[in-house]
Amino acid sequence: MAATALKEQLNGLVNSMFAEGLLDEQFQQLQMLQDGSNPGFVAEVVTLFCEDSERILTELTKLMDQALVDYSKVDAYVHQLKGSSSSVGAQNVKLACIQFRQFCEENNKEGCVRALNVVKHEYYRLRSKFETMLQLESRIQAYENKQQN
Amino acid sequence: MTVEERKGSMGREGAPKDQFPVGMRVLAVDDDPTCLKLLEILLRRCQYQVTTTNQAIMALKMLRENKDKFDLVISDVHMPDMDGFKLLELVGLEMDLPVIMLSANGETKTVMKGITHGACDYLLKPVRIEELRNIWQHVVRRRKFDHRDHNNYDNAGDSEKPQCANSEGGQGHIPSESSDYGGKLNRKRKEQNEDEEDDGQENMHENGDSSTQKKPRVVWSVELHRKFVAAVNQLGIDKAVPKRILDLMNVENLTRENVASHLQKYRLYLKRLSAVASQQANMVAAFGGRDHSYLPMGPLDGYGNFHTLAASGQLPALSSFQANGVLSGTNPAGYGLREFAASRIVQPGHSHGNTSNPINDLGKLQRINLPGSQHGNLLQGMPTTLEVDQLQQHKTMQDANIHLSGGFSGTGLTTGSSSNSFVNVTNNSFVSQAHQQHMQSKVLGNHSSVGMPSVTSDPFSVSVGGASHVPNLGRCNDTWQGDVPLIGHASNSFHHDDLANMGANVPVGLHIDSNPLNISSSNVVAAPLHNPVTGGDVQCQASSFGGNMMLMPSALDGDSKFLNFGNAGISKQKLKEPNRDHIREPNLVFNSYLNSPLSGNPIIGPIAESQRLNNGHFNKKWDISQTNFVTPVPTQKCKIDNSTTNIQLTHKEESILETSKSQGGFYSSGCSFDDLVNSMIKPERDDIAFMDNDIGCDFYPLGACI
Repeated sequence: MAATALKEQLNGLVNSMFAEGLLDEQFQQLQMLQDGSNPGFVAEVVTLFCEDSERILTELTKLMDQALVDYSKVDAYVHQLKGSSSSVGAQNVKLACIQFRQFCEENNKEGCVRALNVVKHEYYRLRSKFETMLQLESRIQAYENKQQN
Repeated sequence: MTVEERKGSMGREGAPKDQFPVGMRVLAVDDDPTCLKLLEILLRRCQYQVTTTNQAIMALKMLRENKDKFDLVISDVHMPDMDGFKLLELVGLEMDLPVIMLSANGETKTVMKGITHGACDYLLKPVRIEELRNIWQHVVRRRKFDHRDHNNYDNAGDSEKPQCANSEGGQGHIPSESSDYGGKLNRKRKEQNEDEEDDGQENMHENGDSSTQKKPRVVWSVELHRKFVAAVNQLGIDKAVPKRILDLMNVENLTRENVASHLQKYRLYLKRLSAVASQQANMVAAFGGRDHSYLPMGPLDGYGNFHTLAASGQLPALSSFQANGVLSGTNPAGYGLREFAASRIVQPGHSHGNTSNPINDLGKLQRINLPGSQHGNLLQGMPTTLEVDQLQQHKTMQDANIHLSGGFSGTGLTTGSSSNSFVNVTNNSFVSQAHQQHMQSKVLGNHSSVGMPSVTSDPFSVSVGGASHVPNLGRCNDTWQGDVPLIGHASNSFHHDDLANMGANVPVGLHIDSNPLNISSSNVVAAPLHNPVTGGDVQCQASSFGGNMMLMPSALDGDSKFLNFGNAGISKQKLKEPNRDHIREPNLVFNSYLNSPLSGNPIIGPIAESQRLNNGHFNKKWDISQTNFVTPVPTQKCKIDNSTTNIQLTHKEESILETSKSQGGFYSSGCSFDDLVNSMIKPERDDIAFMDNDIGCDFYPLGACI
């Protein structure tokens, strides 16, 4: 069935994300929370995460562009991003944030700029996979709805 | 009807109590939407009833609206509108609910901070469901603890709640609530135990287990607090033991336990006040005059403020100022403050010796009169400054404030400002009653009865001074807070503009030269109020000074410097960023305020007068904590004192100052927040030790979660 194929595809994608370190067991927790009563839970959380992260990344870029960098502000944002990425299970992003904070503490501008780029890179990589995942999910869902009807 | 119905109205929507922990009502606060969503789902999965908000201010508002609505609060540590620790303090003080902290930061010192601020638990993100499944234990533990305490003492079991409770108007409400395991009744860990039997009868069957029921809380109304303070003063703060206080107060349905825990809080409050007071005293002294509308008396945590104010005779002015000042401006802010203030503000008790004075001062300070500003509003917001005082008095204050506002508004508190009514009033009410009456009354002068807003006794009330509009205070019924908000609001209304104008008058002492009082005087909880009115966010930084959070409405957004106003307690982080991003920090109010007149006293600015007043006291203290940004200008502060010699306070202030200095040298400008907190905590500990054993573990700020 098309739905089955899609599901396989989805599983394959998610597994690869785990394998590559993009996701960790926290994401599995999210998956477990999704059930009949919360059908779109994962999608919702992932979407929220993406929106919020992009906002934070924009802010961070702005801050780092300044001549005199306000490290405490930067740190606050990175901290927040670390929190949300860890809540979602975005492991690579979280690790990149930890690195970033290190540089922040040292007030190392160059290090921070590089770290920010790493974070962005990891984030966008994750995001595109999330997008694929969500698309697959909604397609599967559509199929299942059709079948029910 | 009966219990079930009541319960239903309480907000339980149908979750049967006896199925606890199922249906436990949790309030989740986190600015990160991802985490908040996750938390919500996890909690629902545990079968709790969840309410979420991404703003701490909103959370406080919800909590204040109906204390019985929630059983537990989970909050993130890093939030833009308010520091999680401050929220924690406020909630603990005002509502006595268990609070769990949540953060991605698992550093030991941060966790330690959470615990010392009273968190029941500290969870790390990402939070797992297993951990959430156990959080109900904190609710039960707290309840049992209260229950146990209560049981130890023989209370005149009268189902009727002591006047305190009633003052809140929730008399009927309370009893029914008692059984609610949500602990609705237990506001401040005071329980009307005896009543539990009676009240709990109906409840009992609901819960089926009296041990899990919370005893009705004693509401420390203004009146009651006044009596309390009077009794304490009579006995002498060092000699005041719960039993004797209880005898002196001669209040029905009040147990020794209730008094003991209240005394503990009061002592802490005093301690804070004295620390702040000394600083503020200087400031106050400077302000002395009527014009002091600013007198940040508000949250003066320490006696210092009060005393100084009172002493210098300026208090009256101050108080009035505060009240007026504070109140008027920032309603929105004030509002916030109040809440905040209430919660933490006061670390009463620690400075026993000074207590009397500081308190008075505080009271006065609290009165921060915001001249001209929308007094009414201030009160609302103001609580912060007053809060400190208020906390102590909280209940009393609230009640008092409420009426005070009415009374004062007109009367007088506001020497300078018009609105003061409330704020000062509240304080006044207490204060007058309190020991410091003489002082205060003088200060209050205007207030007529109020006298110093309970510097000693009613820390809370005092601060509120500003909040002439008592209305807010009403809210603070529960805790002292009511008044406290001053800080917050004060800033709004009063801030900048007022200050600028006041210029000379300005609340004088407080801000201007003295160190940005940042009202943060430890006790003052600066609640980052979003002053609708001012349109800005009155972020009251709760400068939890070792627990006294002063929220300083950051009306001033501009000058974060002042934010420190109350931020002593505020996360260090804030301190570090003295000026900048303080936008969030409430102190803005002070800042602006301070900026103008003060040369470099960062914090004093905002919150306008009230804060200043408080700040005055606080500054002394706060400076220390704020260290980072605030340029502690101890000397400056002193100036205030001198200038305000009129006020008795000055004397007091100085003494307080000295006291505070001796306390631990907070005052040194270089003190870091930690030092401050430590110093604050230390004395508190002593106090606690001092408290009778029978007090049990009523370590309110420190050991919130037992």
